[in-house]
Amino acid sequence: MTAATKIAFRDVGKRFASASGEAVHALETVSLDIAAGEFVTIVGPSGCGKSTLLNIVAGSDEPSQGEVLIDGHPILGPSAERGVVFQEYALFPWLTVAGNVGFGPGSRGLSARETAARVQDCIAMVKLEGFERKYPHELSGGMRQRCALARCNANDPDVMLMDEPLAALDALTRLSLQEELLRIWSETSRARPKTVLFITHAIDEAIYLSDRIVVMSDRPGRVLPEIRVPFSRPRPPEIRTDAEFHRLSDEIWLLLRKDP
Amino acid sequence: MNGGPLRELGWRLILPIVLIALWYVFTEIAPMFHPALLPSPVAVVRTFWKLLWNGELIGHINASLLRIFYANLGALALGVPLGLAMGLYRPVERVLDGLVSVFRPIPPLAWVPLSILWLGIGTLSVVFITFLAAFFAVLINTMAGARAVDRLHMRAALSLGASQRRIMTHVVLPTVASYVFTGLRIAIGVSWMSIVAAELIAASSGLGYMITFYREVLRTDAIIVGMLTIGFIGLAMDMATRRLEQWLMPWRSEYRLA
Repeated sequence: MTAATKIAFRDVGKRFASASGEAVHALETVSLDIAAGEFVTIVGPSGCGKSTLLNIVAGSDEPSQGEVLIDGHPILGPSAERGVVFQEYALFPWLTVAGNVGFGPGSRGLSARETAARVQDCIAMVKLEGFERKYPHELSGGMRQRCALARCNANDPDVMLMDEPLAALDALTRLSLQEELLRIWSETSRARPKTVLFITHAIDEAIYLSDRIVVMSDRPGRVLPEIRVPFSRPRPPEIRTDAEFHRLSDEIWLLLRKDP
Repeated sequence: MNGGPLRELGWRLILPIVLIALWYVFTEIAPMFHPALLPSPVAVVRTFWKLLWNGELIGHINASLLRIFYANLGALALGVPLGLAMGLYRPVERVLDGLVSVFRPIPPLAWVPLSILWLGIGTLSVVFITFLAAFFAVLINTMAGARAVDRLHMRAALSLGASQRRIMTHVVLPTVASYVFTGLRIAIGVSWMSIVAAELIAASSGLGYMITFYREVLRTDAIIVGMLTIGFIGLAMDMATRRLEQWLMPWRSEYRLA
């Protein structure tokens, strides 16, 4: 297992000073190994530091103790190998769909022709053909998040970090995007395994998507027992009504409730 | 309420038509004012045609427009880089903020005496005064734009592998661009206000000069021609900047609502 470890959290903790100057203990020593190609979800109440964990992996935040290793190497800052999908989409409003998706390839110095080909593939994968020249403000929330997914994918990152990407969407769009997400993940993982670290506070979303669920306690965030999701892939949407699905859901709910 | 564009235009025209009708009635049909105080609209139109055909009006318009152009060009050339530097780099702001804070509240017209002493009466003085008005509008808006760069956009760009340079050209500048445009629109507005006032005192051409000149010879009809010309040119320039903005930045129309 250690050989294939993609992301390793080693006693990661985070404290910061609040606006009033007192020290806030956001994260208590978190240790966690995520294997290459694994889909891991962190579930926890708001303010438990799960986004902080993700930001540390993204390289936009630093732990105040411990370290996070990628393929055994410390993180030095943001990198195109670790793509991020944000809850607020974070699309560039001044770029079209094609422009947004092409931002990463362009940043990495691909030629215009290579970028265009990559953009076309990625837009097709999220089924946004025909919207290439639209601006983000002309798209629905679901389409914006598809565009953000395509933008992240265009760099073909090893690791995809998703910070509550579906939280701002309505329930129906959310369900269909969960299925899309799994399809896109498996399609892009064919050539090379893609590791996903997904943050959510929706338990059913976590079960449907992940191989493993890490439950976190309220601040200061600690890792409560982990839960392995036994369902095989590909997962049909019907598993959401499976008895085992509900048992898992109750188990996670109890873990979160029991925690004071 | 919301009909076609024609009905929309109709609503907008009601008040001007009523006012012109009243003006006509009280000057031509039942004259209540001495023509030197309020000439009739007919006289104003006649004078407008005369000044237009003999080239006088065009000459004054040209003089004023050219000064506005130079002043705003200078305001952009100086205000944008300075605003960017102040908005993005704290030390630059710390050094310059005090100076800007003191000079900004000084009305451009308060500069007239100094500028006449330094630059003499003429185009240079007028451009300088107009420039001051436009410069602060551009500077303040550019600064606000540089500070309005979305942290999330920065993080997204970094995680997509963008270099500092690419972030500057592809994230910071597009954000700032729309603020600069807002600044430019305000700048053009305030430069019209100050140029006319500056020309009243410190020039021998331009629409402001034209108005003072005709006041001295008590040709009120020509004064009104000058005033309305300023109004319409100002309106046309504002509409043109808006069009240009929509054309250059198509994402902006609804961005603010999103």
